Amino acid sequence: MTSVLVKVPEQAKRGDIIEIKTLISHIMETGYRRTAAGDLVPRDIITSFTCRYNGSEIFRADFFPAISANPFISFFTVAKESGQFEFEWIGDNGFSSSASASITIE
Amino acid sequence: MPRIPPTTRRDFLSLAGSAAVASALPIITVHPTEATPAMLTSVIRNVVGEAQVRSGKVKLDIPPLVENGNTVPMTVSVASPMTKDDHVKSIHVFNEKNPQPNIGNFHIGPWAGRAQISTRIRLADSQKVVAIAQLSDGSFWSGSADVVVTLAACTEEIN
Repeated sequence: MTSVLVKVPEQAKRGDIIEIKTLISHIMETGYRRTAAGDLVPRDIITSFTCRYNGSEIFRADFFPAISANPFISFFTVAKESGQFEFEWIGDNGFSSSASASITIE
Repeated sequence: MPRIPPTTRRDFLSLAGSAAVASALPIITVHPTEATPAMLTSVIRNVVGEAQVRSGKVKLDIPPLVENGNTVPMTVSVASPMTKDDHVKSIHVFNEKNPQPNIGNFHIGPWAGRAQISTRIRLADSQKVVAIAQLSDGSFWSGSADVVVTLAACTEEIN
């Protein structure tokens, strides 16, 4: 079961620079580890993360196995209008997860 | 007098036999494939193309000494006014000695207000981490940090 945490300020003033933080539970198996028997454990990572603000993409990241398990990302954006942030994670083996958060501009 | 169980010839032989079997098991030593500084250079070339990478503007915040290479907090910030005409388009982070030189690519724009990202990364060894930023005028700037790792990540065995 994937669990997701996103942190977006509920309210902001127009023009404020706000920080957005996201955390998602995922093993991020590198594909370089071996079992005690010597078998390579296949790679299973999140490969991409996207954030949209009222439909337009404001942040996108490509992940590699060097991103830690349970990827945490923080980034900034200018609060321009009230609305919705949508977050999407896509990964190996058809992994996909999404979340959203809303913001009110005073 | 306490009786010591006599070691029979049969006991001895079966013990010796099992010891021999155990030592005959293959001992697997894993030599992790390691990104070399040459691989790092070629991966950076893939991103920047023929452009020159100048050092400066990019600040890479990583603790200089980390105990656990599995989660190393990292913040990259780029000195930029983040206006329509002068902003950071993307930030690329690389390493020298993990099995793979890439860590992550982060695409931002003038709407970000501040060119700064944070995440947590894995480091397989003590090494140099490099961040490169692409600006809106097409120039590339880099910053780096040296990290000493006591417990390595990525290639350990699963039990």
